[in-house]
Formats: sequence, C-alpha cells, structure tokens
Amino acid sequence: MKLIIAVVKPFKLDEVREALVAAGVEGMTVSEVKGYGRQKGQTEIYRGAEYQVNFVPKVKIEVAVDDAAAGKAVEAIKAAAATGKIGDGKIFVLGLEDAVRIRTGESGASAL
Amino acid sequence: MKSFTFGRLAGLVLAAAIAGAPLAAPAFAQEAAPPAAAAPTTEAAPAEAAPPAAAPAAEEPAAAEAPPAPEKGDTTWMMISMVLVLMMIVPGLALFYGGLVRSKNMLSMLVQVTTVACIGIIAWVFWGYSLAFTDGGTLNKFVGGLSKVGLNGAIFNAEGAFTNVETFSKGVVIPELIFVAFQATFAAITAALVLGGVAERMKFLAVVVFAVLWPLLSYYPMAHMVWWWAGATSAFGMDSAALSDGAGLLWGWSALDFAGGTVVHINAGVAALMGCLILGKRTGYQKEPMQPHSLTLTMVGAGLLWVGWFGFNAGSNLEANGYAGLALINTLVATAAAGVSWLITEQVTRGKASGLGLASGIVAGLVAITPAAGFAGPVGSIILGLVVSPICVIFCSVVKNTLKYDDSLDAFGIHAIGGIVGAIATGILVNPDFGGAGLVDFTKAAVAEYKMADQVLAQVKAVLVAVAWSAVASTIVFFAIKLVFGLRVSAETEEDGLDIAEHGERAYH
Repeated sequence: MKLIIAVVKPFKLDEVREALVAAGVEGMTVSEVKGYGRQKGQTEIYRGAEYQVNFVPKVKIEVAVDDAAAGKAVEAIKAAAATGKIGDGKIFVLGLEDAVRIRTGESGASAL
Repeated sequence: MKSFTFGRLAGLVLAAAIAGAPLAAPAFAQEAAPPAAAAPTTEAAPAEAAPPAAAPAAEEPAAAEAPPAPEKGDTTWMMISMVLVLMMIVPGLALFYGGLVRSKNMLSMLVQVTTVACIGIIAWVFWGYSLAFTDGGTLNKFVGGLSKVGLNGAIFNAEGAFTNVETFSKGVVIPELIFVAFQATFAAITAALVLGGVAERMKFLAVVVFAVLWPLLSYYPMAHMVWWWAGATSAFGMDSAALSDGAGLLWGWSALDFAGGTVVHINAGVAALMGCLILGKRTGYQKEPMQPHSLTLTMVGAGLLWVGWFGFNAGSNLEANGYAGLALINTLVATAAAGVSWLITEQVTRGKASGLGLASGIVAGLVAITPAAGFAGPVGSIILGLVVSPICVIFCSVVKNTLKYDDSLDAFGIHAIGGIVGAIATGILVNPDFGGAGLVDFTKAAVAEYKMADQVLAQVKAVLVAVAWSAVASTIVFFAIKLVFGLRVSAETEEDGLDIAEHGERAYH
C-alpha cells in the first residue's frame, strides 16, 4: 500500500478530487496548509511596515491506495493540479505499512 | 524597512488643501451674507418662540418668567444620541480594535474596551459628573467640585422636580439626567480609546485601575476646562468678563471644541502615546508579523463608529435644531472625504489602497470633524477630511516606524493627530466667509466678531494645554499603576495570548 501526499494550489482541489474519483480512489483527507518552494510569498504592508509573508496557502490531499493503483493516482493528480506556473505543488509517495477500517476492523488492502 | 515617500506625502497634503480650495469658492460667494443674518435668527428664535415675545420678556423681572422647560424633540434627540454613542463603544470600538489585534488577543481587547466603558459609566455617576460639570470653587478653572457626587441634585431638585441643564440657545433646556447619561458615554469612550496604544500587553488588573484613575486626573478636568460654562440662558445679559471667568479655563479663552476634539481625542491619543512608551513595545515588534487578524470586524467596527458618531457630534449640540443638523451633515461629509483621501494617499504611497487604510481614514475624518462639527460648513468639512488623512498616514507610518514606538492600534496617530488637526482647523473653518457658522456672543445672543488670528490662537492654546495636561496626567497614572500593580503581562502570557492567560477563554475555537 502507498500513502500519497499531494500539496496543490487551493483552487485545484475540486479538479484533483474528480480526477482521483475517476481513477478509482474512493476516499481522501484534505487539509488547508501553508507552504512554499520556489514560489515566493507576497509582501504585505501595514502602516508603512513591510512584512515578507513567506508562506502561501495550499491544500494538502492524502490518499491511501493499493500499490497497483498508486501510479494511476499520481498521474491523475499531476494532470489535474498542473497549471504550468511556479507553485503548482508536489506529490510525495510513502510506503504505507497498514490501514484499518474502524467500523469493521478490516485491515490491509481491504481497508482501503 | 522600506523608506516612505515623505516628499510625496507632503505634496499630497498640499494638493489636498489646494484641491479643496476651488470647492470652497462657491461657498464663499453664497455664504457671505446669510450666516451673519442666520446666527442671530437661530439664536434669538428660541427666546421668541417661547411666548411671550422677546421684547416684553426683557421688561419683566427674570423671577416672574416661568423657568424654561424641556421640549420633547430635544429630549428625545438627546436620548437617541446617548444610545448612538454607547453603540460606538460596544460594539463599535470593541470590534474596530478587536479586529486589529492578533486572534490570540481578540477576546481580551473586547473585554478591556467593554470593561473600561462599564467602569467609566459607574464612576461618572459617583464622582465623574460632579468633577466635570459643577462649579469647582477656587479650582473652577481646572475642575469641578463635589456638589453633585452621586448625582445628588442632578436628577431631582429640592421640590422633587426633574432638574434641567442649559444648552447653547437661550431659553432651551434639557433634563439634566439625560445630559448626565449622554456625557457618561463620552467619559467611557475616552478611556477606552487609550487601550489602542497599549494593546496586547497590558494586564487586565492594570486596565481596570486605569479606568478608575485616569479619568480623575485627565478626563474630568479636561471636560470641565473645555465645556463648563453658564449656559446660554444664564449667559444672556451677563458681563463678558464674568462669563469667561466663571467658565472652565479653555472655554474662557474662547477655544471652540464642539464635541470633544481636545477633551476626548487629543486627550486619549496622547495618553495612548504615554502608555505605549511606558509599557514598552510588544515582544517581536517590527520583527514578527503582527497583522490584524480580522479586518472584516475592523470594518464592521468602523461602520458602527461612523453611524454612532452622529450621536457624538450632533448630540453635542444638546438640542435638535439647525446646529445639530450642521453637525450631522459635517459628520457625514468630512468622514467620507477622509476615507477617500486615505485611499488616494495609500494608492500613491503604497501602490494599493487598503481596507485598513479606508477604516483608518474614516475614523480620522470622524476625529477631525469632532471639534468642528457645529462650526464648520460642509465644504470646509470636506476639505478638512481631505487634509487630515495624509497627515495621519504620515504619523501612522513614517513617524511611527522611524521613532519606533509601538502605538499598536494608532491611537496617537489617528486620535491625537487627527484631533490636533481638527481643533486648529476649527478656528479657520468657523469663519462665515468660509461657509462656517460664525461665532456667538452669548451675553447678547447675537453674532460675535470673528478674527481668524485670534480664534486660531485660542485653538492652538487649547491644543497645547490638552497635550500637556494629558501627557503629564497620563504619565503619572501609568507610573502609579506600574509601581503598585505592574502594568505589563509576563513574557509567557504575551506569547500565549492574553485571552487564554488573563481570561481563561479563547475568542475562537
């Protein structure tokens, strides 16, 4: 099993969700985060005092998938989240040791 | 730190003043004659309206005349005004200030503003009103006495009838208790304004003690110096010198302050500066970002302040007549002009007009028009609004960042500076040639001669006294509290946020 973590631009969330559903992914967890890579933050000025705000709002999507489905899911996210501009985000793929469905107690691939 | 385009700002101030001048030209032409005629008419009308006519009344001995009684319109208006000013504090100022602080301190700001107001109102009843609005005997130039402590004799007289207070029109009175209530809100908001300079780092206990102590040394005396006088009914027929002698110091100097530019705004603004200097900067000031956590709420607060301020300014007329209408329209147009002016200033200097700037411009305009509200003409008020914003922008950014004092919510930059600009401008804008209402000789209920140099000088003197008095009184109060109770929260509390550390609550979950 794999845990895929994608950090994308907030307005891309719906597109990515639809692409993942089309790719057969049945659930995901989403959080609002801040971050930066090569995309620089904004400069905000309050009362003539400048603040360099480094962190840009992003959305983090986490999905747990079968090894076989991982590649397809990554491709789906990549296609949906891209704009071609700096700040599109990153996808991380982690090895997932176990997953448990709390209601039934199932574990492993059948919990996904 | 980016250096500010000071030269451009100064040029803007000049441009605003020059741009305003052609606007005033039509006012010059049409207003030259009418105000001279209008003033005595408005002043004499109340006397004539009360039957019998003015001539027979002058012949009868004063004792045989029925004492003036309050009119329902005036009384109603004053009650509404009090409600409007209360709304300015809760939730107006509370939200305006609250939105400007970081979310970890939101609750504490709301609580501090509201608590200071509550204490101010109670203290007003017990001793504040008496110390501001009674004769102070030997100290009468500076403060009142204790004759109406606990509002003794301020509600009912010896015969059990409601007592009345005089207004600015001969023969017009309002019930004293309504005047007491109206003025209570003024005392309350003035102390609450000071919190803007010491935000996010003052102990709640220190705030509570401040609410009791500071008005005693600074607000009640200032209110007395500026607003204690005989009243238009008693003044009529008095000797001019006697009228001035018996009045508060600044009133006696013929300094004009319609609704409290000196008493409220310069007073609170200077106190805020003293407080921010004595308390010291917030930890991380000018290093960490400390942006307003909710400009949404700040804008809400600014709107409530604007609406409520009509009670503050037009209510200061103490009756519902043309002068109240003048204060009303001035409060409308000066504020609008100042808001636009701040936006333009920011567009030029910052590249983008901001919501914080708009809210600040609105408040700056309200502050500036406060002393001028019943004296200036609408076009003069617009010019005042256009001029005050760039000046306040300079103090809230260039001066503050250069001198590095942490006037957190710009109480000094907006209230003190805006108040000073407005107070001095009042001396100019009251000129009938500029569309102003002109001066009144209350001993004759007639138009008084206006000399710009004399009037502006009186204004400047009043401003200097207000600044000096507030600076000294506030310094004493802050140091006294510091010695006995301590002023500032601990570093840990400041880091955690005052909400959880001082009040055991959060504003947000």
